[in-house]
Amino acid sequence: MYLRLSPDEESIKDIFDSFFDTECSIERVRSSEDSGFDADAWQRFVETGGPGMCLPEICGGGGADLTTAAIVADLLGRYVAPIPFIEHVVATRLIASLDQNNADLPQLATGELIASMALQPLSESTEIVPAGAVANRIIGFRGGEIIVIENANNASPLRNTANLPIARHSFDGGTVIASGDKARYWYQKARSEWQALMAVALTGLGRKAVDIGVTYAKERYQFGVLIGSFQGIQHGFASAITNIEGSHFLSSRAIAALQENANRGEQLAGMAFLFASEAALNAAATSLQYHGGYGFAEEYDVQLYYRRAKGWPLQLGDPGLEYQRIANLYLPKEGVH
Amino acid sequence: MDWSFPPEAEEFRNEVKEFIAEHLTDDVINSTHDGTIHNWEFHQKIAERGWLGGAVPSELGGGGKSAIEMAVMIEELQLAGAPIDGMGVAIVVASVVLELGNDHLKETLVPKLLSGETLVSFGYTEPDSGSDVAAAQTRAVKNGSEWIINGQKMWTTMAHIADYVLLLTRTNPDVPKHKGLTFFIVPLDAEGIEIQPVHTMGTERSNATFYDDVRIGDEWRIGDIDGGWEIMKAALKYERGIAGGQFPSPPLIDAFIDYAQKTTAPDGSYIIENPVVRERIVRSLIDVEVCRGFAYNTAFLASEGVMFGVEGSMTKLFASESYKKHSKWFIDMAGVEGLLYLGEDDAPVGGVIDEHFRHAPVTTIYGGTSEISRNLIAEGLLGLPRTR
Ligand SMILES: Cc1cc2nc3c(=O)[nH]c(=O)nc-3n(C[C@H](O)[C@H](O)[C@H](O)COP(=O)(O)OP(=O)(O)OC[C@H]3O[C@@H](n4cnc5c(N)ncnc54)[C@H](O)[C@@H]3O)c2cc1C
Repeated sequence: MYLRLSPDEESIKDIFDSFFDTECSIERVRSSEDSGFDADAWQRFVETGGPGMCLPEICGGGGADLTTAAIVADLLGRYVAPIPFIEHVVATRLIASLDQNNADLPQLATGELIASMALQPLSESTEIVPAGAVANRIIGFRGGEIIVIENANNASPLRNTANLPIARHSFDGGTVIASGDKARYWYQKARSEWQALMAVALTGLGRKAVDIGVTYAKERYQFGVLIGSFQGIQHGFASAITNIEGSHFLSSRAIAALQENANRGEQLAGMAFLFASEAALNAAATSLQYHGGYGFAEEYDVQLYYRRAKGWPLQLGDPGLEYQRIANLYLPKEGVH
Repeated sequence: MDWSFPPEAEEFRNEVKEFIAEHLTDDVINSTHDGTIHNWEFHQKIAERGWLGGAVPSELGGGGKSAIEMAVMIEELQLAGAPIDGMGVAIVVASVVLELGNDHLKETLVPKLLSGETLVSFGYTEPDSGSDVAAAQTRAVKNGSEWIINGQKMWTTMAHIADYVLLLTRTNPDVPKHKGLTFFIVPLDAEGIEIQPVHTMGTERSNATFYDDVRIGDEWRIGDIDGGWEIMKAALKYERGIAGGQFPSPPLIDAFIDYAQKTTAPDGSYIIENPVVRERIVRSLIDVEVCRGFAYNTAFLASEGVMFGVEGSMTKLFASESYKKHSKWFIDMAGVEGLLYLGEDDAPVGGVIDEHFRHAPVTTIYGGTSEISRNLIAEGLLGLPRTR
């Protein structure tokens, strides 16, 4: 048991921290609000080897594990970075798990091609897909089959709450790359990885949202005193950061469980995702509230966090359904007659 | 980050589980329903295994169980709903005495505490001072080689079954409040002590204790005269390592799942089939997993010798607040039967749902209220300006 970053992990964190600080500053985030994607930042990310870090070396990747991806996901959340790192990591790992010789893998490993996946089994004729406006390869799961479509001439993005580069796609005519139990297993695993990495990212987002609010509360005076000295405000922040801290531990445990292929990985990933979704939104909403009217103003950064705290996890669909899915993993479906 | 337990801790977990299966009998559990929160027999069985002494840090002469092994033990005992308040008190007081006590206290008290023969109760809170514990007014005045103690304590839990009380007194009223405090370990059979029961909504019994010209020798003093705050800090330090309270919900959740599978709602469907019920169970299970993260983190910090403060406050705040929420959900979902007391026909799962609902509120009050925890987090972690 060792619950800190190792020295190696610390240096990875430092490297990507300075990457995000330069390439995904809040000004850059704002300037890519229309598309939800900063192509220059992705290009720089490609140069760091980030896109393929978690692919096996034999596929041209960096051979790092999910724990390393989590270090990046945490920063991605902190900086609300407009690059589809999480979707790309999980979708490329899925492709590599099914076929190490997939012809796209070399370019996916470098990040010249971007991959993403639909996060629910396909039911409609078209689906809104995360990073669907920028991904070149998109994975879907339908009728026990994993399908890949090519998105050659980038589908048009749909304007949305969180400035996400989402787009609608039809999977008809896609290539089937796996079917049966194998397809089901790997699709679910990729989805769990997305949930766990998203939980980590949301935790980073929520922590930063609290930071932003606490900093403001140490600068803003009302009634002749700093608003941060009001106990009502202190307690709101204290509860928010406690939930974020809890979310940090749970998402980290989920990543570890998936990494070790532990049989609780799927459950913990779903749980971490659901908990982080609420903790992050609560953190951002608390912070926004304690900005008073300025929190509502476009000019202040906290609103960027509030909108993403909702939008990022909702890409997976109604959380109510996810609670039911987790319930079915744990609980008997019927009474004892 | 590595969340895996060392092999010896995993082995110890199995040992504790076996111990529970053997010794946490229905009789033991039932004995706790009448307001007794301590079971001597169970306590002594734990002592026989050497686990009370094991929890005392080895540099103080304890039995060298690691902080992680202790966390594993406390987790398993809580998951099973075992009565462990007495265990916590014994370990904390033995540790404080070994670190800061005189030879008299070390010899008379520690062996009996660790063998499970005797208990000490905590005498911090007074009628007029709770959260502001340093405002204690119970007076201790030196008279030759003796001390004379006068005053009253409130919520001296377990005093009616303990032989001693760890008593916080004021020895100097003319200095800032933290600087005029002195601690004693007072034998409860000393003349002038009266113990009156305080019954609670949660069935559990506590006490008010009265001290009227109680005379004790200086050998019962622990720590320096006017140096009581150091003892308080040491007691809190050891309490953080050993205190339970991270897993109050699992016994309730387990009991409810069992009930919901066997019982139908008014519309004839089984309670377990209701999606609202299922979501709430999952939410409760998620909170328990979050508590695990907090508990393992504090165990890790303790194993690294880190003196943690805010981490303990966050753990306590989250675990108790979520438990209170769960207790409200589960009584609702049991319907009108959820209200029934233990022993009533049809009381769901032996009446524990009502019991948890009535017990849960105290967990956000004792051991530092949620408000005090939030103050500590706001100041200690977020650096927000002090309000008091
Ligand atoms: C069943 C039970 C068992 C107990 N066992 C023991 C025991 O064995 N030994 C012992 O010494 N004590 C014991 N206690 C006492 C317990 O520790 C105190 O009740 C607790 O510390 C709160 O003190 P109080 O009750 O005086 O409330 P108060 O301190 O009067 O608090 C009243 C309210 O004001 C709030 N408040 C107080 N100060 C602040 C602040 N600075 N900022 C914001 N809000 C604040 C509190 O959170 C609370 O909501 C027990 C209590 C109970 C109920």
